[in-house]
Amino acid sequence: MIEAVSFLPITLTVNGVEVTRVVEPRTLLADFVRDDLGLTGTKVSCRLQVCGACTVLVDDLPVSACTYLAVDADGADVRTVEGLSDGENLHPLQEAFVEKFALQCGFCTPGFLMMSKALATENPTADRAEIIEHLEGNICRCTGYRPIVEAVECALARMRKVPSE
Amino acid sequence: MSDVPRPLKIAGQSVRRRDLVEKVTGAAEYCVDVTMPGMLHAKVVRSDRAHARILEINTGEALAHRGVVAVVTAADLKPLFPRFGHIIADHWILASGKVRYYGEPVALVVAESLADATDAAELVRVDYDDLPAVLDAEEALAAGAALVHEESYPATADDSFKILAGGVHETDASVEDRPTNLAHEVTLEWGDVDQAFADAAVVVESQAGYPMLYAYAMEPYNAVASYGDGELRVVSTAQHPYMVREDLARVFGLPLAKVRVIAPYLGGGYGSKSYTKVEPLAALGSWVTRRPVKLVLDIEESIYTTRVDSAQVQVRSAFAADGTILARAFDIVMDSGAYADNSPLVLAKCVNRCFGPYRVPNLRVRGRSVYTNTAPASSYRGFGAPQGNLAGETNLDRAAEQLGIDPADIRRRNLVAKGESLLPGKRGMDAELVADLDMVVASLERDRRDEPGYGIGFGCAASDAGAFPVSTAQVRIQTDGSVTVLSGSTEMGQGSRSLLAQVAAEELGVDLDQVAVVQSDTAITPYERTTGASRTTTLVGLALQRACADARAKIRQMAAEVAGVSPESVADAPGGVELPDGSTAGFGDVVQRWFGGSAGEVTGIGLLRREGPTQEMPPFWEIGMVGVGVDVDLETGHVVVDQLVTVADVGFAVNPKAVEGQDLGAATQGLGAALYEELVYDGPQLVNANVVDYRVPRMGDLPRKIDLMLAERRDGVGPYGAKGAGEGTLNPIGGAVAAAVARAVGRWPTRLPLTPERVWRLANGIEEDD
Repeated sequence: MIEAVSFLPITLTVNGVEVTRVVEPRTLLADFVRDDLGLTGTKVSCRLQVCGACTVLVDDLPVSACTYLAVDADGADVRTVEGLSDGENLHPLQEAFVEKFALQCGFCTPGFLMMSKALATENPTADRAEIIEHLEGNICRCTGYRPIVEAVECALARMRKVPSE
Repeated sequence: MSDVPRPLKIAGQSVRRRDLVEKVTGAAEYCVDVTMPGMLHAKVVRSDRAHARILEINTGEALAHRGVVAVVTAADLKPLFPRFGHIIADHWILASGKVRYYGEPVALVVAESLADATDAAELVRVDYDDLPAVLDAEEALAAGAALVHEESYPATADDSFKILAGGVHETDASVEDRPTNLAHEVTLEWGDVDQAFADAAVVVESQAGYPMLYAYAMEPYNAVASYGDGELRVVSTAQHPYMVREDLARVFGLPLAKVRVIAPYLGGGYGSKSYTKVEPLAALGSWVTRRPVKLVLDIEESIYTTRVDSAQVQVRSAFAADGTILARAFDIVMDSGAYADNSPLVLAKCVNRCFGPYRVPNLRVRGRSVYTNTAPASSYRGFGAPQGNLAGETNLDRAAEQLGIDPADIRRRNLVAKGESLLPGKRGMDAELVADLDMVVASLERDRRDEPGYGIGFGCAASDAGAFPVSTAQVRIQTDGSVTVLSGSTEMGQGSRSLLAQVAAEELGVDLDQVAVVQSDTAITPYERTTGASRTTTLVGLALQRACADARAKIRQMAAEVAGVSPESVADAPGGVELPDGSTAGFGDVVQRWFGGSAGEVTGIGLLRREGPTQEMPPFWEIGMVGVGVDVDLETGHVVVDQLVTVADVGFAVNPKAVEGQDLGAATQGLGAALYEELVYDGPQLVNANVVDYRVPRMGDLPRKIDLMLAERRDGVGPYGAKGAGEGTLNPIGGAVAAAVARAVGRWPTRLPLTPERVWRLANGIEEDD
């Protein structure tokens, strides 16, 4: 039988805000941010780490939150799609996605944005081939991908001109 | 309004889509994000057999588990109507007496948390007595086959099905004298087919297998339901909330007005969220517990909830020596799984669409939809067209090869002309097909490479689209002149929220940012039959234009009253009216002055039915014109798409970039079916009911060249000459890829998807061994 579940306290920073919660050890980071913190921008689809919809940044690196334990994010700096813009203006990636029609239903979009944000940090001069390779792990069923590639190219170019972002 | 066409200001512009900003910030609400106060969570217990009698369901251990509030089984259905289904109400909410497929819901565990429900679902013990199972259509049609359904079910009262399905000579020979596994049969015939075959210069026979697919809308099926005080409220991932409302009202014996179905943003639909799915289960959980219940399926469960009909199609066509089609005969068998759902209509549409947009003087089509002990199949983007088109177009390409005629020329010779009849008694062709085809071929030829392993292919399709023309829309003019548009149509990514705002802004002469759009809430928005068959731009667009005209007429009347002039002397002006003295007044001024007290609101109502421009069926023909160029690695069979060329013959693109988005998206799904996607049954269960093994197109599969063209000839019945888009470019992709690969490797494939192994076998003349 199932043993009495123990709960563990975790403290982490999410979108710049420090949060402390007590969670079941099996709690996944995706469910933690969605259900415990109400940050429902992060979406879950395949639950097998292959569609990329649930991508968030943990200490600036992209992870599939559907298969990442919340307790493993203890002490980490987590960023979700809600933390991408500064609250006033869209992030250049968000703006480019809207301009280029790089989404339709939008369910995969938070994952694409966070994965692209990681690329912008790691390789701000990425060319088209590098963008495609970087985003190969994210599935979009609506757009046929080309508008997404164009949006990321456009955003990276703009961010190079305004290096603060 | 005057008869002189006014220059359009907002319609026709690629305006920024208003739903996209909410979606990129994470603020957009999808059903899966919705909670209700005091909400419980449900987990479905599913059959692990393909076909078995249920002997006993032991719920005791599960009920004793922490947090469990109820374990619901078929026994709880007794006071209710226990099945759903809008054509044939054959779909049991929970398996009763026996299970008909692996994955069928047998019980529902409702608990305080999802973790509790999930843990307890493991503790429900079901004893079965296995029955012989029929796992594909051939087995199911064999003499003495085990029966998926021993009883027949009365059809629902929805008579629009026959109108949607029907060509005039169509007979619907369904189901009365079961028991067999034939769920539905449709035939379509005209001319003297046998004589035409006897007279033919060349007869070409071929067959084509269309794979069993999964639409993979990335948001899985889910719903939150709350039952109480004789009312039911359901938030769900439904494309057609009004159709779901009808099923739920029947199940719970409630008036339609007491069932409220709300569809927030959908995380993808593609037809797979048409009609009722998990809503009865969530509602049943709430009906039993009297608390709100949320049910979210995972992707494996979603695959077992609704897949795409696979099809085997045999084709014979008779030709004159110059390539003129003399006759065509099709035999279609669809594997529709354990329940009918929308497969009868998918079949009927496949029958109407399989022979292509060609002049066929003598035609015979027989289509059968077959029950099997597999996951139920239902609507998918294209609606029977992809299944049938592959067979028809491949057959035509093979005929061109045999006759030594260019494959574009054989099509030009046979494509129906504008205004010409394609289906007797139906609307004449409202598109210029030869001109569209020429655009595709010119683009393909421009970049074709003459080298081993390279091939091009193209295909044509025309679908009797638009569904049944019943639409309503409302506009509410506010005291500041801003406008609320109400529509029952659903926003699932296709861009209707933005498009409807464009139409209202154009009609009323107000800025786009003065228009808000509210959609898909059966308690608030006016009736909309469905969101499918590419209907929204055309049909909701027309209803909305009428609503705007109605609001304008009311405002003119009110302005006349206030100014003390005759209503006829008041003219429309952008965002308001012009009075006989030449002065103008905005909508808001008129509303405020007529009501007094700076208050009030004027509602314009638009109603659309089968009359006037939408009397003839279909409301429009949805055209698919595509071409591909492929590079085949002859060593490995790996196919790279070098060119993708599409023409969207949409009459008028209200938002051109949005139309391009639909076209590329639809074509990409078509490429998935052509090259990668196939659900595979090995025994009673799928071997690839997940996104790892069921491979969908990824970014690295992007065609090297993508040429998306628009043909705007203002020849549709919709606003500004618009016709629908969104399915067309999917429909002929399969045939185009099959032809391109065949020309690259020198042999014709008989089934999709063209995986590397299959292409390698084709190239080397080695038969498949399964």
